[in-house]
Amino acid sequence: MTARLETTDVLVIGGGLAGERCAIEAAAAGQDAMILSLVPPRRSHSCAAQGGMQASLANCVKAEGDNAIVHFLDTVRGSDWGADQEVASIFAEEAPVAVRELAHFGVPWSRVRGGRNKYFIKGEEVEIDEALDNDGLIGQRDFGGTAKWRACYASAGTGHAALYAVDSEVVRLGVTVRDRTEAVSLIHDGKRCLGAVVRCLRTGRHFAVMAKATVIATGGFGRIYGQYTSNAVINEGTGASIALDTGIVPLGNMEAVQFHPTTLMPSGILVTEGCRGDGGYLLDKNMNRFMVEAEPEKQELASRDVVSRHMVQCMRDGNGVDSPYGPHLWLDIRHLGEEHLRTKLLEVWDICRDFLGINPAEELVPVRPTQHYSMGGIRVNKDGEAYGLAGLYAVGEAACWDMHGFNRLGGNSLTETIVTGRLVGRRVAEKSTGSELRADTGVALDAVAAAERRATAWLERDGEGRSVYEIRDALGEIMMHKVGIFRTGEELEEAVAEIRALLVDCDNAVLRCKDPGVNPELAFALRLNGMLRLAMTVAMGAQARTESRGAHFRTDYPLRNDRDWLNRTLVRWGADEDQPRFSYEPVGMIDLPPGHRGYGSDERIEMQQSIDSYNATVLQEQGREGRLETAEAMGTRLERGAWQAYVL
Amino acid sequence: MSGEQNSESRRLRLEIFRYNPQDEGSEPHTDVFEVDETPFMTLFIVLNKIRETLDPGLQFDFVCRSATCGSCGMMVNGRPALACRTLTSDLPEEITLYPLPAFKLVGDLSVDTGTWFRGMSERTEAWIHERQAFDPAVQEERMSDDIAAAIYENDRCIECGCCVASCGVANVDPEFLAGAGLNRVARFMVDPRDKRSDAEWFDVVAGDEGVFGCFGMMACADVCPKELPLLEVYAYLRRKTLGARFSGRDRRQ
Repeated sequence: MTARLETTDVLVIGGGLAGERCAIEAAAAGQDAMILSLVPPRRSHSCAAQGGMQASLANCVKAEGDNAIVHFLDTVRGSDWGADQEVASIFAEEAPVAVRELAHFGVPWSRVRGGRNKYFIKGEEVEIDEALDNDGLIGQRDFGGTAKWRACYASAGTGHAALYAVDSEVVRLGVTVRDRTEAVSLIHDGKRCLGAVVRCLRTGRHFAVMAKATVIATGGFGRIYGQYTSNAVINEGTGASIALDTGIVPLGNMEAVQFHPTTLMPSGILVTEGCRGDGGYLLDKNMNRFMVEAEPEKQELASRDVVSRHMVQCMRDGNGVDSPYGPHLWLDIRHLGEEHLRTKLLEVWDICRDFLGINPAEELVPVRPTQHYSMGGIRVNKDGEAYGLAGLYAVGEAACWDMHGFNRLGGNSLTETIVTGRLVGRRVAEKSTGSELRADTGVALDAVAAAERRATAWLERDGEGRSVYEIRDALGEIMMHKVGIFRTGEELEEAVAEIRALLVDCDNAVLRCKDPGVNPELAFALRLNGMLRLAMTVAMGAQARTESRGAHFRTDYPLRNDRDWLNRTLVRWGADEDQPRFSYEPVGMIDLPPGHRGYGSDERIEMQQSIDSYNATVLQEQGREGRLETAEAMGTRLERGAWQAYVL
Repeated sequence: MSGEQNSESRRLRLEIFRYNPQDEGSEPHTDVFEVDETPFMTLFIVLNKIRETLDPGLQFDFVCRSATCGSCGMMVNGRPALACRTLTSDLPEEITLYPLPAFKLVGDLSVDTGTWFRGMSERTEAWIHERQAFDPAVQEERMSDDIAAAIYENDRCIECGCCVASCGVANVDPEFLAGAGLNRVARFMVDPRDKRSDAEWFDVVAGDEGVFGCFGMMACADVCPKELPLLEVYAYLRRKTLGARFSGRDRRQ
């Protein structure tokens, strides 16, 4: 079979919100854009985002006084100071525009109702008069870890509404979408990315797409946690894997994995933070609101890492509710009332009915924390361009841009998809417009042949090896139980050894299905090695980081350590290398000095260095790690000291 | 909670349509698989179990497994449904699974809904027809929460294709917009941000492929997993279209 070769200006790998928004920007600038997607784009995991999208519009009473600086403060504190503060600042500033642009694209945002409104705040029902002047502006609800009500929403289907609106722009602009395709490797010459090798998931055939710019927008890698994730079954980290395979591009902060406090038992389906934002509580088996005692100030609305740890601790203390699937806790949203649930939290209502057969206006919802979000990903500069490989970009959850650091705030990722999609799309279009396509067909055809050989090798291997699904399930158990919410050096060491053994098992695994065409078992097998390698970078990164920061919690090193660990983990691991190579870089220019987040522990090991001397090294150290030049110099978007007016 | 079984679990017998168009030796047929039922078992769990333990070649589509993404529509005992949210406890022991008709088959239970829906979106120009460019410097245009809720009601369609598969017209006319397409048109029609004129709407929705091509059998409304109010949608479209027709005539006279 002859290999096929296609060309485009901008190749976007992934048809979720970030990828599509990026493609729109490139197409609107006159570039040819092609989107590759595992599934029809509207089925991407973005559609499952429920509760909201953070942007400091300050449209309601509880949002008064909000602005980009307050949003920046919340985001950096949420990140436990792991974020790049300049990136967090760019993000917070552009968020309102991104949300309003979605209104222009057609998102039916829920709107402010002027006059008397009833809300539940910290367990109390309160009445608040919204200004009549604000009637009809985009509505906002409370979410975890924020000083203001900032999450813009469309009932509990915010991701769905946003994705459909953005995809309608993709259709309007006539952007080519190749659904049921998967990028299986990047084509590059060691300096520059030239495109990707693609496997068609209808026919099983491989082909190459050569492009001036390649953008990875494949989302997270939650499925390395097996069944213990809220993620869709397609979130297998394929984009991060092919970047890691280059051995040139580093992944950042892979150990920073978010666990969402409220996913449904036993399926792991997400139940939005908006439930707690709108006044829902968490209860233990004695119907006690344990979060009130644990976090008197923020209660159920502390950050996700903090709430998830309190929940696990509560269950470890014997206060979980027993079930055949293990212990869980209760989410109580009964008091919000059926009308509220069926208008502002409709998707939660549906999920409770469809998957548990319960009415959440009358019954408690069984929940527990499971893997939800990958803060880590392909390390990029503030223009979204990957370290070490020009012409390769990453956006959204697939990227480590890095505004989330070690913990992402709820509602910030949906906004990130649109903010980075616009911003990176613009940068890509600028560079792409002025450059020629380098169709190095020899390199491309070699890469296609290599991908075909990998597929053939799987089909030809015989023997008594394990099944690929067994290996996947074993990986999920290791990750949840040894690289989970509470981590210890001992368990991480075991996890690393066990994943290493699974990598050997994967090399010897045997397919039962030899059917021609896409062959679903082969399609999965081709991803399995990459999933194991990603898992290894998570486990080894967690093992090396002997501190606790955000979602990475070491019971043997329970304090955040700003003296030794105020940095970002980078890992490179070429497909032909035995071991991953770890290194560390400064988190970025610091403006807001490390301090207490306002929730969680107030103890930490203080930074010894001055902020100025820390900042003086950033440019050089990140440059040494392969950070490419950005359109604007480092630090130009950081409004120094602006936060001081907002901190007591 | 429903989905709980008695202590005696059932053995489910699944008859599943098989055909791999990529395999020259493959002929359309059905295979039978037996699976022990477990509590809260859905067809998502059953089909993955079959693929992982009994027949690794079985093709089907799931993404979100939470009835949100619309990937897993299939014929369950002769009726289009989302497999992920179908609890086996709601089904008899004998279960037949076929791919959705009206869409091109990819293989076994997997069908190409992406091409159908993209085509429908292009034909109906299913995007906001705004006359002004986006201005990032200004506050959002106001909209009442009631109108937002009305748009959202129609925007909830997840394009699973169950209505298309159940539609007598869509099964013989690939251009017919069917429930999902007509609902999509209504979604933009009720949206004040879409500035299309009555005459433009008339062209989109009045032909045989539009609302007047519907025979009114309304299986679409029965099978819609999101319980979209399709009856009201069609009534609204007919009313709007006829109104546009007559008001257009009035203007000409």
